[in-house]
Amino acid sequence: MGIKILTEHINVPGIETLEVYRKHGGYRSVEKALKTMTPDEVVEEVKTSGLRGRGGAGFPAGMKWSFLAKPEGVPRYLVCNADESEPGTFKDRYFMEKTPHSLIEGMITSSYALGANTSYIYIRGELMFVLRILEKAIAEAYAAGLLGKNILGSGYDLDLHVAPGGGAYICGEETALLESLEGKRGNPRNKPPFPAVKGLFASPTVVNNVETIASVPWIVNNTGAEYAKIGVGRSTGTKLFSCSGNINKPGVYEIELGVPVEEFIYSDEYCGGIWKGKQLKAVVPGGSSVPILPANLITKTAAGEDRLMTYESLSDGGFVSGSMLGSGAFIVFDEDQCIVRNTWNYARFYHHESCGQCSPCREGTGWMEKVLHRIEYGHGHQQDIDLLVSVAKQIEGNTICPLGDAAAWPVASAIRHFRDEFEWHIKHPKEAILPGAVYRGQVATIEA
Amino acid sequence: MLPETADDNYKMAETINEIKFSDAGMAEIQRYISHYPEGREKSAILPIMHVAQAEFGGWLSPQVMDKIAEILNIQPIEVYEVATFYTMFNLKPVGKHVLEVCRTGPCCLRGADQMIEMIKDKLNIEEGETTADGMFTLKPVECLASCGTGPMLQVREKFYESIDSEEKLDQFLETMRNTEVETPYHQAQ
Repeated sequence: MGIKILTEHINVPGIETLEVYRKHGGYRSVEKALKTMTPDEVVEEVKTSGLRGRGGAGFPAGMKWSFLAKPEGVPRYLVCNADESEPGTFKDRYFMEKTPHSLIEGMITSSYALGANTSYIYIRGELMFVLRILEKAIAEAYAAGLLGKNILGSGYDLDLHVAPGGGAYICGEETALLESLEGKRGNPRNKPPFPAVKGLFASPTVVNNVETIASVPWIVNNTGAEYAKIGVGRSTGTKLFSCSGNINKPGVYEIELGVPVEEFIYSDEYCGGIWKGKQLKAVVPGGSSVPILPANLITKTAAGEDRLMTYESLSDGGFVSGSMLGSGAFIVFDEDQCIVRNTWNYARFYHHESCGQCSPCREGTGWMEKVLHRIEYGHGHQQDIDLLVSVAKQIEGNTICPLGDAAAWPVASAIRHFRDEFEWHIKHPKEAILPGAVYRGQVATIEA
Repeated sequence: MLPETADDNYKMAETINEIKFSDAGMAEIQRYISHYPEGREKSAILPIMHVAQAEFGGWLSPQVMDKIAEILNIQPIEVYEVATFYTMFNLKPVGKHVLEVCRTGPCCLRGADQMIEMIKDKLNIEEGETTADGMFTLKPVECLASCGTGPMLQVREKFYESIDSEEKLDQFLETMRNTEVETPYHQAQ
């Protein structure tokens, strides 16, 4: 049992109410920051903490905050990215649903640090029931003087609103999110200018993930130096992992960064092992965009060292033998899962979600989907595997936003690690299309 | 979606005056508009489209979209271009309950593909179709942030999770047949 920063009180009955939340130490960071600290001091604490963006990119949050432009007479905005749409990720939804005040507290303290007087939580439209939970909690916070004019007599004003999306994965990309928040199609913007200079309503804006913002109160209460002591190396603090797929205990787990991957998969404290007594085949450790790793490379690095649940260890070996921590969506595959089918499924997802602005992504994702579909359904050609590799390579790095990369990586990594499975599909189309057909090494077995 | 002839256009212009939001719906719209700075009212378009879809039978007709344009004082094309980008907005009539079934990877690892096939068989419809009695529309969607409890589906604002057997699916469909449509923001106020 490691330290719990985000989920310590998450199962306390009534924690979604202001009363119970405050009884468990809620909103202390607001009192401390607004009454005893300057905004810059809060930014410094977050910098010292080493907290990294929890949405997927892992960029240091304090540094992102320090880039915010502060021209005279121009409003600044803090926008919380609650557009959680990466396949495999459901930690933010779980967190907001259970303990909405934790996010609101983080929004107030963070908005104060950035000098924002209006802040928004942009939540994916499918989570309208969570929006209502947040709005109820926000109304409680207004009534208690924690939002609105002159918060707790400090002279600081903040309005906080929740805005729903309309169903578009791309709006998790920060500039697409801002377009959407302005009531437009979610087409990502060219950078520069970065949101820190020209973001929401052409004003300086910081966009942070739910979990990032929710980590700020603990840092303010306990100092950044204390936060930095948790975890390993540059992977400081705790992280929420969304665990799904063929495991005994799917769910959200908060862990101190640095737990060995093997322990994380097999310990009853976390995933609880592979379901139905089956064998582990592969893991996608950070959401559908990150490279898939076969069983032997997820628990150990190529050099034979234990792989740990940290940003550095999960990416050890680069894309040749490593992956990424990403958003912390840990998707586990048992021995009966077909990698070709899964790769096609993800390719379809990215094709569906491509906004269509950049040709390599718009055309390339469709092309990959089509080729993978024909391999999966028994019409693959010998040259299709190389074709997929070539298309993926030509999307990667050639688009305005990272959706192109996100679409290319799962395809490229699946072929890198499971090429023989793709070849088997192409060489044995009749067997491959039978229901439940799975390639296992040299011998394909077909389940009854 | 758009009027094809001048006559259609004329008819549409007549019906737009008949599109009337409920008082609660209108209050909700005004509340969302008030969240944005002056001159940035258009920002509220997505929440307004959600309210409209809830008020007018689960889909956005051209007339409803034109009404939204009128409320926001923008051109109708600005509403159409947004409505067509986001998957939650239905641009054709739908059944009473739209079954938005997750079809993305993590749910498929736990049997979502098979669940979608079962729904098709049981309701005798294909993806995107509505049952003859107008009760259900099947609309497979991408990841709904419920991967730990798949297979799952969404109907309006509710998630129905861990539908991992035929019995649970039957039970769910039976429950839905006896479920009335609610507009949730009415209670929120």
